[in-house]
Amino acid sequence: MLVKKNSFYDYAYRRFRRNKLAIIGTALTIIFLFMALFAPILAPYGPSEFFFVEGQNVYNKYASPSIEHLLGTDSLGRDVFSRLLYGARVTMMVALLSVIISTVIGTFIGLVSGYYGKFVDAVFMRIVDIVISFPVLFLLISISTIMEPSIWIVIFAIGFVSWTKTARLVRGEVLRVKELDYISAANASGSSSLKIIFKHILPNILAPIMVQVTIGTAQAILMEASLSFLGVGVQQPTPSWGNMLMDAQKLLVLRDMPWVWIPPGMVTLLLVLAIYFVGDGLRDAFDPKQ
Amino acid sequence: MLKYIYKRLLVSIPVIIGITILSFLIMKLAPGDPLANFINPSISMEDLEKSRQALGLNDPVHIQYFKWIGEVLKGNFGYTYSGNHSISGLIMERLPNTVILTMSAFVLSFVVGIPVGVMGAVKKNTRVDYGLTLFSLFGVAIPSFFFGLLVIYVFSLILGIFPSGGMVNIRAGYTGFAYFTDVIHHLVLPAIVLSLGNIASVSRFTRSNMVDVLKEDYIRTAKAKGLKHKAIVYKHALRNALIPVVTIFGLSIPFLFSGAYITESIFNWPGMGQLGIRAIQDREYGIIMALNLITATLVLMGNLISDILYAIVDPRIRH
Repeated sequence: MLVKKNSFYDYAYRRFRRNKLAIIGTALTIIFLFMALFAPILAPYGPSEFFFVEGQNVYNKYASPSIEHLLGTDSLGRDVFSRLLYGARVTMMVALLSVIISTVIGTFIGLVSGYYGKFVDAVFMRIVDIVISFPVLFLLISISTIMEPSIWIVIFAIGFVSWTKTARLVRGEVLRVKELDYISAANASGSSSLKIIFKHILPNILAPIMVQVTIGTAQAILMEASLSFLGVGVQQPTPSWGNMLMDAQKLLVLRDMPWVWIPPGMVTLLLVLAIYFVGDGLRDAFDPKQ
Repeated sequence: MLKYIYKRLLVSIPVIIGITILSFLIMKLAPGDPLANFINPSISMEDLEKSRQALGLNDPVHIQYFKWIGEVLKGNFGYTYSGNHSISGLIMERLPNTVILTMSAFVLSFVVGIPVGVMGAVKKNTRVDYGLTLFSLFGVAIPSFFFGLLVIYVFSLILGIFPSGGMVNIRAGYTGFAYFTDVIHHLVLPAIVLSLGNIASVSRFTRSNMVDVLKEDYIRTAKAKGLKHKAIVYKHALRNALIPVVTIFGLSIPFLFSGAYITESIFNWPGMGQLGIRAIQDREYGIIMALNLITATLVLMGNLISDILYAIVDPRIRH
């Protein structure tokens, strides 16, 4: 057993297990993770494999779903189902890495701001105010148009614009915990600031950070999808669920080839919904009032 | 009260300066030479260097910043690389259209979101509540462009009830009242798409506030006095539950402006978002920077107003 019996996390785990939606969400997320991990085994074709009309030198584009192509083919005659599986990898990698970046930056700034207060706090919080004033998508678009668009730029851009929520949250938690007696005791016994921050404060505010990481992952998936849909995110031929929908901006594709755009949209919706279920479940599980 | 407002305004000053610096840096970091269009064999390198000097492109960065901010304060955002259009002119042309769209979505999100949230709280832990919670999670989780495409697919391509894009039927050449109704007809779908996420967050927020308020002692007192259920919910509880909802006013503004980028490009709505998308495709950094600066300033003002409103309706905040 990873968690000690009757500890805070043990109770939280039991509460989480009783939450049906949270369990459904966890199961769905795990299924999607498997899809992403085993895409090369599960996918019938490669993500950028072109198919031709039989006996001719023409791409078999916009073929409707069949046994050969479960979800049909796209504008370049590529298998939509295979691209969907490989797209899961890209989408999840971008989301996870950017959340790691935003969590590390946000937690660090929140800890420092909350613990040291005064001038440091004022400066960091004004920086947060500045970044928050720019609508996320504007900032993302600016960053990814200035740089040559690539997966790494997308990851850094999303990480860089979304740390502010974590920073504010962590700062608030630090301010709350800082006044508790055990911190005063640690202070009195001569522990260094670093030791107090990382050994005494951080472990006690992990629960809300975990909730924020979950919600942040869902939001990062949506951001990546929007960026790629607008053409400034993950670039063709690399498939991502967002850029698979780009083609649907043509009314003809939208009306007559629903297999091209409905599947990537639906999986994005499902995955984000599943992660939100997990996030809500975690929040309720960690909240002792419930 | 006045002291609180002063303090709040004072804190905004470094933020607005930071916003201009960040906007300026984004523009400075953008690749490309503003004079690239003029490089051709008939212009000598010396002449180019002279105009570079004259335009101040050789000045240190901070001097360039101060010159730039001076022009921005006069309302001059410079000109586009191609066609030499005035950027402020382009934006002013489109600003009203974006305001129409975002304001409709704004109104829609509170008109729908608040009753949905209240209903969920009153019927807490019933099927109605679960249904509404699921609906609002759905609203937060669906990518707005996918929802937009679905709505166009169903309502304009299959059912043919609403137009699939644009703001007005140009060929019909409507005037007066017919023009107005035509705009409304075009507005329905984009306004719904833009407001969905906001409806969801307003209703979730209203629900949780309302649930907390309904647990308060004064609600029990009201019940004990024998007041009608409706009077308790709508007169005693709702008034107090709505106070924090004021904070969402401010938060909605960046959300809606961000969303307008996507909604406008899907529905071909001739607003700032669509201008921004075109600017990205044409690498018009001047336009991107101007949009960044204008939106960030609007957002800052929105937050300021909602903070002040909050302090007015809830005196506890001031202290």
